[in-house]
Amino acid sequence: MLQRLRSLVTGRTAVIGVPYLWLLAFFLLPFLIVANISVSEMGAVYPNNLVSIKDGVAALTFKFGHFALIGQDPVYFNAFTRSLVYAAATTVLCLTIGYPFAYFMARAKPQNQASLLMLVMLPFWTSFLLRVYAWKGLLSPDGWAYDLLIGVGADRALAALGLIAVPGKLMNTPFSLVLGMVYTYLPFMILPLYGTLSKMDLRLLEAAQDLGASAWVAFWTVTVPLSKAGIIAGSMLVFIPCVGEYVIPELLGGPETLMIGRVIWDEFFANNDWPMASGVAVAMILLIIVPLALFNKYQAEAQEARK
Amino acid sequence: MSSGPALSTRFNTWFARGWLVAGYAFLFLPIVALVVYSFNASSIPNVWRGFSFKWYQALASDTEILNGLWLSVKIALLTACGSVVLGTLAAFSLVKYKRFTGRTLFSGMVSAPLVMPEVVVGLSLLLMLVSVQRALGFPERGLMTIWFGHLLLGMAYATVVVQARLNDLNPQLEEAAMDLGAKPHQVFYLVTLPMITQSLLSAWLLTFTLSLDDVVLSNFLSGPGATTLPLVIFSRARLGLNPTVNAVATIIVAIVAIGVLVASYLIARAERQRALDMAAANRA
Repeated sequence: MLQRLRSLVTGRTAVIGVPYLWLLAFFLLPFLIVANISVSEMGAVYPNNLVSIKDGVAALTFKFGHFALIGQDPVYFNAFTRSLVYAAATTVLCLTIGYPFAYFMARAKPQNQASLLMLVMLPFWTSFLLRVYAWKGLLSPDGWAYDLLIGVGADRALAALGLIAVPGKLMNTPFSLVLGMVYTYLPFMILPLYGTLSKMDLRLLEAAQDLGASAWVAFWTVTVPLSKAGIIAGSMLVFIPCVGEYVIPELLGGPETLMIGRVIWDEFFANNDWPMASGVAVAMILLIIVPLALFNKYQAEAQEARK
Repeated sequence: MSSGPALSTRFNTWFARGWLVAGYAFLFLPIVALVVYSFNASSIPNVWRGFSFKWYQALASDTEILNGLWLSVKIALLTACGSVVLGTLAAFSLVKYKRFTGRTLFSGMVSAPLVMPEVVVGLSLLLMLVSVQRALGFPERGLMTIWFGHLLLGMAYATVVVQARLNDLNPQLEEAAMDLGAKPHQVFYLVTLPMITQSLLSAWLLTFTLSLDDVVLSNFLSGPGATTLPLVIFSRARLGLNPTVNAVATIIVAIVAIGVLVASYLIARAERQRALDMAAANRA
């Protein structure tokens, strides 16, 4: 009995301990190091230690200058606002396209739904990098999407909106950047929306219509509120990674679409300014921590509801 | 509404179909374009000059791409195996043990890499590895450091997949095995493992493809001489359109499509078999 208890205890410790230690070493510790470096002074090769010993007295110095610079220097400040604006625009567009899409998927014939779902997941399995690269071809002169959009005169409308600088040039503009992000993250919006919409009790809609609500009113007062969890999950899954996106702006963006991901990259690799890179990274985490907490809260609630 | 219910229903059906078709066209158009232009005889992008295999022939002697592919496959295999092991342990801890010290921190850390921008994860891992290297003299940046990064991300995805399956399991089956005298490890290998095999397989495939596709983490964590395939593709794609990239893309798309089809066929067959077994068990 005692032996069995002991084997259970050690087994349990190992099961929890191995992934726990791994995450502490490779997730938590690196973040503490980043936080530490973000308030350090840059030395010749490495950042200086926070604790310096001079004449036998240990001194602890924090440098918050990097954070002040992020607020004041337009290069950083604009990169932050731009990242937020592009991420927000992408989220709204994904929701506008994805909500009806997920809705119609969930209302399709039950025997077709598995295939429809599979078709949304399939591009998701094929390389993200290559699919983004493909848009480079599609939006360049003589590309399929280029010919289509120029053909219907959409470039003039986009230029009027300020999304492209001059009619006739679609690549390396805010337009191509947001298009690429919408394309990449659309499945992340559709899947959680489909999850909530397909589980909805359709009798509630019948009840609403029996009580005299038009289909439109029933949609806005019954369906939309019931799919709130999916809307929030989808929006966060699109918004948060878009803020820190690096690959898409590099391939589809232009010089005027500099985002935070690239700033961190440049500070580290081009300027060799580790504290500044860490400072920008910490600021980015602070920026997304609120939507992140919101997301976790709703995920936990959804999990509770499932039980 | 005024034009009668029949007409409005028909309009709704057509609108729904049109929206779905347009959506799928948007999702698949780039993949089709990649494949089509990989067979283009012209080296000028977007100008079709007839059918040709020449970019595939060029691939065979492209050592940069071949070396990158080999390194990427090695890392992806290591990542998939490691992620499934770590992810299963983490999922088990979260599902089976409802209270232990620091559980909230643990569950937060498990899922955080899923949503954390990769640039931040890459930078923080790199800074840690640099500090370790400064203190201990190792590890050199290369295959192993890239693997660490991919493992962190892959573990998070594997945990989600396995956790979902474990949550659906009937705990009475494991309890019954325990009552019949099975030791905890026997319960795991004889009862739990056979029931979660499918989710382990999907977690393995998912983390394999994730690793094979990753640019940002690899870019931060790679060292001289350790250039994965996505890094090669990324550096070429940055410079402009390149038909060899289309050829690589087509091969990858073909492999993934076949893999997904085979996997979904096997999963469907296993589900049918399980349904038959259940029915037989109920009859008995």
